[in-house]
Amino acid sequence: MSKHDGHASQPILSIENLSLKFGGIDALSNVSFSVQPGSITALIGPNGAGKTSMFNCISGFYKPFAGDIRFQGNSIRQTPPPLRAKLGLARSFQNIALFRGMTVLDNIKLGRHSHIENNLFHGLLYRGRARREEQALSAEIDREIISLLDIAHIRDEPVANLPYGLRKRVELARALAMRPKILLLDEPVAGMNREETEEIARFILKVREEWGVTVLMVEHDMGMVMDISDHVVVLSFGKLIAAGRPQEIQSNPDVISAYLGADAAGQLKRADAGEVVQ
Amino acid sequence: MIDWVYMAEIALSGLGSAALLAMTGVAFVLIYKATRVVNLAIGETLMLGAYLFFGFTSGMELPVWLAIPLVLLCGGLFGAVIERVMIRPMLGSSALSVFMVTIGLGSILVGAVELIWGLEPHRLVSFISEKPVFLGPAYVSPKTAVAFAVSVAMIAVFLAVFRFWSGSLALRATATDPGAAYSCGISVPKVYSLSWVVACMIATGAGILVGAIGGLSSSMGVFGLTVLSVVIMGGLDSILGVLLAALVVGLVEAYAGALLGGEYKMISTFTLLMAMLLVRPHGLLGSAEIDRL
Repeated sequence: MSKHDGHASQPILSIENLSLKFGGIDALSNVSFSVQPGSITALIGPNGAGKTSMFNCISGFYKPFAGDIRFQGNSIRQTPPPLRAKLGLARSFQNIALFRGMTVLDNIKLGRHSHIENNLFHGLLYRGRARREEQALSAEIDREIISLLDIAHIRDEPVANLPYGLRKRVELARALAMRPKILLLDEPVAGMNREETEEIARFILKVREEWGVTVLMVEHDMGMVMDISDHVVVLSFGKLIAAGRPQEIQSNPDVISAYLGADAAGQLKRADAGEVVQ
Repeated sequence: MIDWVYMAEIALSGLGSAALLAMTGVAFVLIYKATRVVNLAIGETLMLGAYLFFGFTSGMELPVWLAIPLVLLCGGLFGAVIERVMIRPMLGSSALSVFMVTIGLGSILVGAVELIWGLEPHRLVSFISEKPVFLGPAYVSPKTAVAFAVSVAMIAVFLAVFRFWSGSLALRATATDPGAAYSCGISVPKVYSLSWVVACMIATGAGILVGAIGGLSSSMGVFGLTVLSVVIMGGLDSILGVLLAALVVGLVEAYAGALLGGEYKMISTFTLLMAMLLVRPHGLLGSAEIDRL
């Protein structure tokens, strides 16, 4: 049994009785779950279950109506998004959100923005130092991130020219440049074929292995979710309906009926055999 | 027989107004680039700068060297306040609504200036030497020469900062995707605020120069319409495009004014704008949004 299943260690992220309302609609109601450090946790559920809303609460775009979000034990409910990024929460978006006019390297560098000195006067006073810092940053990105994600060949290309799969990878690279403690990935393999999916899955595992980063991801690709996650949290209509290890989730009758409908059990079996369930 | 010296003199005065157009255009583009707000009040902000300078020098009788930084300071403060209380609450509403808010802001400024300083036109204290400048045989009005030198220097500084300062990457990021920039640790509200502060400082500074050349009146904000045509011709979000368009408009206006008569200045500008929109709807160097179906 891995350490992720135990309750001994303090969770890196815990969601406590979180509720979010849009007008009269309960986007999230009273959801609680926690993410163990070093784990890969998947957040799944049918469309409109509130997964992306949950992500937006965690990264600070939505203000929850009630409840709390704790990161390493401290409440971050009132913390604005840029400060959350600085604390070590990095995210990718469901629809790729890269800076189109810029090169891959510039995009990745922007991930480090909150960690470098950008004051104009500082930049003018210590021009040499600023340039050295900049070069050191590029070198570090080359060494650690670009090689890890295998994107050296497109390093200086504008992202607008890249195909979809590579853009997703660049977005992951930018999130990594933030030196996150926890990586929030919103559908990292949406729209990818089996090979690309496996490649991203490998990257995620590698990042966890080499950097010790905790991963929380929203994903519809059940094959990948069951393959690489340690812990699965299931939302349906804004409510938490199950949480546990992948095997437990697969056989949970609530999940099967709520999430996948009548014919679900068979589909899950097939997913287990390595097929994609949409 | 064409008088070449006269033609050169017209070109030089055209360059002077081109520089002022470019300077104000840069202020406009800065706001548009960072916040996607089409700020129609830029001409009135310029007017405000001119009147503030008038108030400081003629009203309070402060020395010019003190009045200029004071005007810039007030301009920056004005930008910060407007952004915070009028523009930021409109965030997320349609571009047209924000556009209307800036038109309203322009009217408020005109009204305020008329209330405080009255309807009659004023002249600024002369702070630029009256000694004529000659470039070879061609005469340049000293005011135009100073306006040209100041605008060009200002634009050069602006471009240098934009090019070499790492923080400008944050501005570009905010311009392309505020959401992603926000989650990358870029303080988007700070970028918005900064762009308004800098743009309004530039506009009020340009106001001092425009006022020194043409005098003050509450309708001098009309200069903003010419700036708007320049910016649209340049492509709204391209600084280089604005510089080019300002050059063209400045020269065309100068020649139209000198050869056809003053009333043809605006006509030539807007004819040029219409022709431009027919040929290149995205402006000289504007980025065309290509949607994938």
